[in-house]
Amino acid sequence: MADTSVEQPAGAEPARMPRRGRPRRSRRGTGIELSRGQAILRGVVLTIGAIVFLFPFYYMLVGSLQTEPDPSVAGAFPNPGNLTLENYGAINSRINLLQGLVNSGIFTGGVLLCTVVFGLLAGYALAMLQWRGRGATFALALLVQVVPFQLLIIPLYVLIARNYGLADNYLGMILPFAINSTAVIIFRQYFLQLPKELFDAARVDGAGELRLLWSLGLPLVRPALVTAVLLTFIGPWNEFLWPFLITKDSSMQPLAVSLANYISNVASSTANPFGAILAGAVVLAAPVVVLFIVGQRYFTATDLGSSVKG
Amino acid sequence: MSSTSPTAGARLGAGRQGDAAGPEPGHHPRTQPKHPLRVRVFGRQPFGGLFAVPYLVFVISVFAYPLVFAVYMSFFDYFFAAPGAQVDRPFVGFDNYVQVFTDPAVLQSFANVGVFLIINVPLTVVLSIVLATALNKVVHARVFLRVSYYVPYVTASVAVIAVWLFLFNSDGLVNNVLGPLAPSPSWLINPVLAMPTVAIYVTWKQLGFFILLYLAALQNVPNELYESAATDGAGRVRSFFSVTVPGVRPATVLVLLLSTIVGANLFTEPYLLTGGGGPNGASSSPVFVMYQQGIEQGHPGFAAAIGIVLVIVVLIIAFLENRFGEGRD
Repeated sequence: MADTSVEQPAGAEPARMPRRGRPRRSRRGTGIELSRGQAILRGVVLTIGAIVFLFPFYYMLVGSLQTEPDPSVAGAFPNPGNLTLENYGAINSRINLLQGLVNSGIFTGGVLLCTVVFGLLAGYALAMLQWRGRGATFALALLVQVVPFQLLIIPLYVLIARNYGLADNYLGMILPFAINSTAVIIFRQYFLQLPKELFDAARVDGAGELRLLWSLGLPLVRPALVTAVLLTFIGPWNEFLWPFLITKDSSMQPLAVSLANYISNVASSTANPFGAILAGAVVLAAPVVVLFIVGQRYFTATDLGSSVKG
Repeated sequence: MSSTSPTAGARLGAGRQGDAAGPEPGHHPRTQPKHPLRVRVFGRQPFGGLFAVPYLVFVISVFAYPLVFAVYMSFFDYFFAAPGAQVDRPFVGFDNYVQVFTDPAVLQSFANVGVFLIINVPLTVVLSIVLATALNKVVHARVFLRVSYYVPYVTASVAVIAVWLFLFNSDGLVNNVLGPLAPSPSWLINPVLAMPTVAIYVTWKQLGFFILLYLAALQNVPNELYESAATDGAGRVRSFFSVTVPGVRPATVLVLLLSTIVGANLFTEPYLLTGGGGPNGASSSPVFVMYQQGIEQGHPGFAAAIGIVLVIVVLIIAFLENRFGEGRD
């Protein structure tokens, strides 16, 4: 059942909520038809929106390939004579791009691993099992989302970097982000939609809870898994403040931190600072952008809506 | 939060079959007193609690304990010492809090966030609701449009700030397009324009996520309402204001709350986009001042006090937004 929601075109209501499902949406527009002028107006608004959102990314790519930074209007259109890959070499000679990517990857991978393993366990327990403290735990998961993380940076810095000595350490980087509460709520939401009878039947047959989760629950919540992984990925990969605080050793810094340090410290002393900065920005942005284009059908309004509304 | 929970309950109840998970665990002992003690104390499936232990340990050690520790620190002249060293950190009562309300840099940073919120929050709500409504009815290029709207949201702030620096530079593309209309001094180094530019940057960056939230909410507005509005002779604009806007109000409250929290958390933008809260502190944020005071200058007690005042201010604003969102009927 959950699988069918994935096959649907973007934004369509998944079959898991049959009463609000497709039949009604296919009737949309029968109520009020757009006049021709309104349809054109809507198209114009959406196109302008898309240009405003995408242009900086296009400009990032073009700027990273220019030999000379060209901030004039003509510079927005690539001139074959002014294109080069030199900027990528230039940024790579100042900050080790590969090492930065590896550090970002370890940071993000650690968070993903903890979130998937412990988040699935917690989501399963919250949705499928009866135990004391379940309501309180769920309330906590909701509450955590509204605590501004930045308030905690000072005590977390004192605890993790000073008291536990985990500065310049992957563990120290991962710890504050280890389990994404939004992912826990997404898992819970998907488990709630599975038929309970299925699990009860397997329990009667003597399957333990871990086995139920592994061989029955996991395959059924695969779409939720992808959504949760996508959502969790952008947190640590893009995070700047926390790794910036606890990594002083440049060989430990995730790419976002080393690029930011380059922007604020080194850039002014180089020949084509913007070319090099933008080349670094492309390297930092590309994995996420590609990931989200490939996985876009798992990152839809309904997937997120049900989770955020908790 | 309280405003979102009823929606959640309604949605869950409507969405799933057999609300067997409905009653709270604590409910059981009272209705079924025949259960053994074990069940009454731990619930019917106590290993459920076991499954959630890692998550609970995480939340307590990374959120609850640091929160308490922040309150504790804020009453002391806390300073950094070598791990394990026993040092005397004098208790200073409310001194740190007095300093929060008298330090001009802190006060300015709070005023800056005020400017930020006044620009960012209404702009976010209006643009995301309009774009989501337009996107909701689109048939062609739907995936392309949706992806292009959330690409800024999923991309690292550090990467997109790099482009904005290039775009809004003194002789950057934006000023080249504007020609004689370009502001002087330029956007990011102009004391009046620096914070609004940051606010617009954040609006642009976050909008895709809020559009997704509104798209989800729009699926819950019954089509019958639009049909009866049309029968009553309402045009598109009229039905937008009298059906769509009230229909997505729970989402609007959520968007108000989340965008306020984003504003309170502002750090990367003043640090990188305006080169450290410049010009002259005109775009600094409370978190940026916390970083300067707590980490750079070694006054974590003072920084913790700033953080706690910030959270209290955010809670007050969130409460007002919640009331505003629910009260207007």
